Amino acid sequence: MANSSEVADSAVSMAAPQSTEISSMSLTMYRVSNWLKSPRPYLMVIGFAAVLSFWYFAVEVWKLPRFQDMPGLTEVFSEWFSKDPYYGLSVYTPEYYKHIGISLRRIGFAFLLATGLGVPLGLFLGWSKTFREYVFPLFELFRPIPVLAWVPLAIIMFVGSETPVVFLTFLASFFATTLNTMLGVESIDESYSRAARCLGANRWQTFKHVVVPGAMPYIFTGLQISIGVAWFSLVAGEMVSGQFGLGYVINTSYMMIEYPKIIIGMITLGIVGYSTSAMVRLLGDYLMQWRVRELALGDS
Amino acid sequence: MNTSLTEESPALTSAREQNTSEIVAKNIYKSYGAGPFAKEVVSDCSFTIESNKLTVMIGPSGCGKSTLIQLIAGFEATDSGEITLNGSPITDPGKDRLVLFQESALFPWMTTYDNIMYGPRARGEDTKDAADQAEFLLNKVGLDAFRDKYPQQLSGGMQRRAELARAMINKPEVMILDEPFRGLDNMSKELMWEYYAGLYEEDRNTNFFVTTDIDEAIFLADRLLIMTNLPTSTRSVIEIDIPRPRTIEEVVNSARANEIKKEVMTLLHEEAMKSFSGGSKAAADFLDAYSKRAD
Ligand SMILES: Nc1ncnc2c1ncn2[C@@H]1O[C@H](COP(=O)(O)OP(=O)(O)O)[C@@H](O)[C@H]1O
Ligand SMILES: [Mg+2]
Repeated sequence: MANSSEVADSAVSMAAPQSTEISSMSLTMYRVSNWLKSPRPYLMVIGFAAVLSFWYFAVEVWKLPRFQDMPGLTEVFSEWFSKDPYYGLSVYTPEYYKHIGISLRRIGFAFLLATGLGVPLGLFLGWSKTFREYVFPLFELFRPIPVLAWVPLAIIMFVGSETPVVFLTFLASFFATTLNTMLGVESIDESYSRAARCLGANRWQTFKHVVVPGAMPYIFTGLQISIGVAWFSLVAGEMVSGQFGLGYVINTSYMMIEYPKIIIGMITLGIVGYSTSAMVRLLGDYLMQWRVRELALGDS
Repeated sequence: MNTSLTEESPALTSAREQNTSEIVAKNIYKSYGAGPFAKEVVSDCSFTIESNKLTVMIGPSGCGKSTLIQLIAGFEATDSGEITLNGSPITDPGKDRLVLFQESALFPWMTTYDNIMYGPRARGEDTKDAADQAEFLLNKVGLDAFRDKYPQQLSGGMQRRAELARAMINKPEVMILDEPFRGLDNMSKELMWEYYAGLYEEDRNTNFFVTTDIDEAIFLADRLLIMTNLPTSTRSVIEIDIPRPRTIEEVVNSARANEIKKEVMTLLHEEAMKSFSGGSKAAADFLDAYSKRAD
């Protein structure tokens, strides 16, 4: 890399574009291809296999005492993919998708609300010192309160069973997004703002052209964390309040002693949660093309 | 593709009328920190950046040159003394002075072309004229094929050239550059000197250029300010009366240039000695005597 740039540099007059042409390749593709080349996917398969076979052997072959009430691998999977499930929940029942859909809808609402409020708030907190002096201490006081501590208040404050769950899901996401956005603004080298001002940008333009794009990488780190904690809070919320949803499935299955459904709910949560994280990452890659190229070039 | 633009630059020659802008610094002082931690960086410093000349400031690194630029740019205020632009004191950053800071960099989130066009666009001057000048400059600095690349995809030398183009497109009354070619290899550096001198000679607006490189200073300067060590002030001023346009070869072989170089080296050597002896008069005298005997 270093060599090719030196050459391009001395041939100043009409240097051809470098051969490392990656303009059409997105960061996602780049990550995937790198990932496939690394030993990681294969280690991952081994990891999965190890856990599943341990589960199988512990419950169904060795019948370890600690696992005696635990549903076995074959039981769970045959229930999950059964056309006529014994406990009424499998990939063939509409109810399964209703639970997923309702959880997703709550996540969607809460995540969009947290992003829509958290990103602007974080940008202004990072940008205006005065605004920060007013708001940040308050913010820091509320932030360490765990979501579970908000449960009673959420139920008292909001009517119905839907809004408390969305509110709880929103909370932690909102704090994560706001904080990371603020850190993103602080991370921007002051020389960019100075350069913009020197080139004639006013304060508002500097905000739009330097602060927002400069904070973008941190914002998306924040959104990654946000979507993760959103699922965490959602399940907590659905366990205490609300009807339907994956958290609700897990909790009621426990009370009804329908243990395989617990595991089905958990695995589904893992898959759906992972998919939403991946979607946030894709969106980030799409919005930060400049980083796509930066990272891709840095690594090659 | 745009060879005709290289031959003549309608945008740059016709649209750029000459400005007359002079910056005068008079007895300025600047310290950083307060109380026992105060550090005097500029002390009783006076100089003039004459109108329509390329003034180069040279001084040991860490002597306070970038600090002076912060003052001229208006991002910092002097403790006492005054800096004026055409007679009015500088209090704020202004469009009349364009500064390429030592640490200034291209916006990583914009392509080369968008970076270059940033100034005109920010000021609401996204006109055909500006676009023509962007084309001209892209061509001039050899980045035509890299217009849609992001800064991280360019080599260090290309980034410097793009920075230069981003600054030059704005036709500032006064252009201020702080070690813009730092960290380039000699080959690219000499190419950059020729680009920059060429761009300057097209309009001869007031330019102020800070460096630590003697060859660079002599090749570029109409006037050369030599600064003392920390806290800095003007040690001496030399008019570089080598005719323009200059070529590297001419300057290397010029007797006058070599004479100036020797003079500048002696002065800078003395300043370096001072810092070496930690400001102690006795140590400085000793070093001085020692270096004379060694000759
Ligand atoms: N913002 C600042 N706060 C404290 N000290 C500073 C600051 N800026 C510069 N200095 C000090 O002033 C001195 C001169 O720095 P600078 O102007 O950058 O020198 P130069 O550009 O000539 O290399 C250095 O010793 C540096 O540590
Ligand atoms: Mg400096």
